[in-house]
Amino acid sequence: MSTPEARPRRSRVALVIGTLVFLGFLALMFHGVRQSGRADREALPSPLIGKPAPEFTLPLLHEAGHMVTSKELLGTPYVLNVWGSWCPECRVEHPVLTRFALTKRVRVIGYNLKDEPEDALRWLEQFGNPYMLVLADRDGRAAIDWGIYGAPETFLVDANGIVRWKHVGAVDDAVIDGELVPLLEQLEKGR
Amino acid sequence: MRDLLVRRSKSKSPPAPLFQRGVKRAFASPFEKGGLRGICFLLLLCLSLAAPAAFAQAAGDPTPLQFRDAAEEARFHDLTSELRCVMCQNQSLADSNAQIAHDLRREVLDLMHQGKSDDEIIDFLVARYGEFVRYKPAVEPATWLLWFGPALLLLGGGIVVMRVVRSRSRRDVPAPAEDQEW
Repeated sequence: MSTPEARPRRSRVALVIGTLVFLGFLALMFHGVRQSGRADREALPSPLIGKPAPEFTLPLLHEAGHMVTSKELLGTPYVLNVWGSWCPECRVEHPVLTRFALTKRVRVIGYNLKDEPEDALRWLEQFGNPYMLVLADRDGRAAIDWGIYGAPETFLVDANGIVRWKHVGAVDDAVIDGELVPLLEQLEKGR
Repeated sequence: MRDLLVRRSKSKSPPAPLFQRGVKRAFASPFEKGGLRGICFLLLLCLSLAAPAAFAQAAGDPTPLQFRDAAEEARFHDLTSELRCVMCQNQSLADSNAQIAHDLRREVLDLMHQGKSDDEIIDFLVARYGEFVRYKPAVEPATWLLWFGPALLLLGGGIVVMRVVRSRSRRDVPAPAEDQEW
């Protein structure tokens, strides 16, 4: 049995704890609501970052008989951009990517995902081809090894074949200037 | 057909089983103008899209998965129900109709045919798409709160309720008067 003096103090402590818990939940909810407004809220962090890029052997879009292996791409960093003629958002990022590719800062390689070659070639003819070369993955099997789950997606792979960065969704100038270029500078400094 | 595979990245609508990213509401205007004309336009649009779409699907769209026996089908179903679709993130791999889910289901069946165990198949997908693909995340320090948080909350709530009930039962309740009418 609590003494009459102890009771009010205990209930005050309980009130404070209860209020704190409530405020905690409120903060959590607020955080969740704010996060849900992010454009890339569905983007999954790639577990490949910091790990070697998957090995692949894929044909060139422009020369179906010519197979390119992942080993041939080692030596200098490259940006791998996943796109398809069926992908409307790829059209949105295309001018941004083209501007970036023209700076010749790094090799920009196209990864044509689950596309008909004729459609893909027509798309490049229509909008311009910013890529040094375009790999064609018609059945999307190699894309699973990259953890690709749609287009557009963009990877940065360093000279040793380690994946450094991935962006899900269309890249814009803010992403290129704020994320990709600083990473490239870091890579260039490290060498 | 094709626009069913389209995934929005920036629109405010809830995630749907889609494959492409960031499609703007291109088909909204006919309805907003209203009337029969809009619907006719939409129908025409559907018709014009249907033919090439069916063709474009043909290359990528797989034939139904072939199971060797019922046991394999049951195992496949159990396994894919435990995996989350990476595109439409509120569906399991078994339920999703997104293109990537088709591809991943095929991959899972291939791995099963190669004699891989369930754990090996899950590890294969986790290595490529991250912990996110598991509906049952591994029990490790980073997921302790996730696993044990609800039980802790329940325990905390239980203790609070118990104390309240006890303190009330200890309070002196005046005995009801004999002649009180209820």
